Amino acid sequence: MTYEELLTREALADERFVVMTAENRALVRNIYSHLGSRFIDTGITEQTMIGAAAGLALRGRIPVVHALASFLTMRAFEFVRTDAGIPNLPLKLSSFIPGFLSDGNGPTHQAIEDIALMRGIPNMTVFAPADEDDLLKMLPDIWNYPAPSYVRINTRKTDYEHAPFEIGKAEIVAEGGDVTILTYGLLFEQTLEAVKILKDEGLSIGLVNIRSLKPVDEEAILKAAESSMVVTVEDHFLTGGLYTIVAETLLKHRTTVQVVPFALNEKWFKPSLLPQVLQHEGFTGKQIAERILGYTTKAVQPKIAAQEFSE
Amino acid sequence: MTTEVTAIDKQKLQATALKVREHIIRMATDGGCFVGASLSAADLILYLYSEWLNVNKDNLTDPDRDYLFLSKGHDVPGLYGTFVELGLMDRERLKNHLSIDDHIYWHPNTKIPGIEFHSGSLGHLPSVAIGVALDIKIRGGKNRVVCILGDGELNEGTCWEAMLVANAYKLDNLIFVVDRNQFQANMPTEELIPLEPLHDKFTAFGASVKRIDGHDFEALHETFSSYPFQPGKVNVVIADTVRGKGLPSIERRADRWFCNFTAPEIESLLKELHGEHQTQLTSETLVVR
Repeated sequence: MTYEELLTREALADERFVVMTAENRALVRNIYSHLGSRFIDTGITEQTMIGAAAGLALRGRIPVVHALASFLTMRAFEFVRTDAGIPNLPLKLSSFIPGFLSDGNGPTHQAIEDIALMRGIPNMTVFAPADEDDLLKMLPDIWNYPAPSYVRINTRKTDYEHAPFEIGKAEIVAEGGDVTILTYGLLFEQTLEAVKILKDEGLSIGLVNIRSLKPVDEEAILKAAESSMVVTVEDHFLTGGLYTIVAETLLKHRTTVQVVPFALNEKWFKPSLLPQVLQHEGFTGKQIAERILGYTTKAVQPKIAAQEFSE
Repeated sequence: MTTEVTAIDKQKLQATALKVREHIIRMATDGGCFVGASLSAADLILYLYSEWLNVNKDNLTDPDRDYLFLSKGHDVPGLYGTFVELGLMDRERLKNHLSIDDHIYWHPNTKIPGIEFHSGSLGHLPSVAIGVALDIKIRGGKNRVVCILGDGELNEGTCWEAMLVANAYKLDNLIFVVDRNQFQANMPTEELIPLEPLHDKFTAFGASVKRIDGHDFEALHETFSSYPFQPGKVNVVIADTVRGKGLPSIERRADRWFCNFTAPEIESLLKELHGEHQTQLTSETLVVR
């Protein structure tokens, strides 16, 4: 099943759903033929789309809205905050090519502050699936949850089969006493590789797919803090993302542990195709493992699949 | 579908409008309010609720009711006053203006039954109104959606973005009403960001436009009775109004947008409203931005 097939199924089963886009049809090319007037393309108008979605929600609809992540979260930020956040209307934001997924587009298209912005809005919920399997397991619950939501859409295919999803719960992939890696989104795939390498080097490694960034699974973070070191891995600015969430959680519970952030520190990333971006910025599985180890290994980094499309 | 033109009781409307203006003036002390814009939009709001909109205290959650969105927002004292006079809101509640124990403040909010959406950030409600109008179209409903805009608000690009989208979806169940009082916060519009020729601008965006005197109840009635102006076109009413209408001592004055009058000034302004002497204003004027 694809994202569009899932959305079509949900929308056909429930008249409340309307599907909107600010002329970003990559994820919803065919849905018009199924939904007719419940598919609304407002053109390149992220702000007007969000306002209109709020109006539709006032009438009892659940609008699932689509736009490029950077424009959805930044061009339309005040509309999201004011027209969805203040009245707590169930707008479902599907953000396309967030984080490293904008690969060759350049800094205008890099949404790497989106988690920080969206989680700062009262009532908003925030999610970041690891891959297509994770995405499809998460969306039905998110779409039916009575709150606005922001989802970093990630349709990349991996071999990993994820556990069932619950809002506010992380997926504990592995537990270990030396290092626990906390991550979300497309970098999950790379951290799986890193875990393999680190295990081969004799370390006891934990791995957590955070999935639900707001509400976040504080218990999973506190459990991770029982290992000797926590590493946060994210394609986001250092400010306001998972590293911040972990820091806030540890402080709140008066717990401390060494936390090492792998994030974009006060910089945009160099635009290129995704495999080269990961390599250049130091986020391949092998690089993540070697940054944790502090030395190079003979491990071979598996080939990273390029993006199918990015605009 | 054309609404049948019925007679309106102009004298009764004028008498009620006077009461609404009294409420507005009484809110312009102990913290104050945006009195100039409230007075310019008062007749529009009163006309719509008392004569045209299918909105009453018994149908506020009925999906078939008409909708009014106050996008400029800071004219909400006119809405509070109208609600009180039409029985939608308890008269005593006006005394709670700016009280921490109530929800009656400088911009509209949905804690007050009858207010459809909060506003205050300009250029938002045109798109919210589009969403409601779209849903009514999708469901085949007959109800109508009015969105009142300030003329200064038209500086916001999202108003024009919304016009493009409303035109694309042929929302003839949507009426934008511009309270054309010629002023934005500190300045006459034409001296800061000129809007004219406004009729032509809206026409160029695909709307069917009518321009009238926004204080003339008969003109308002004739105009709204011709809804929808043209099938398939968004309706726009440019209502020429006077900022501070009813109080010669503040009418058309750039420095009397937000006012916090003294108690003696309020008493004098109420007399001025009823045609007595002009008021000697001693309270400080406000430079807003």
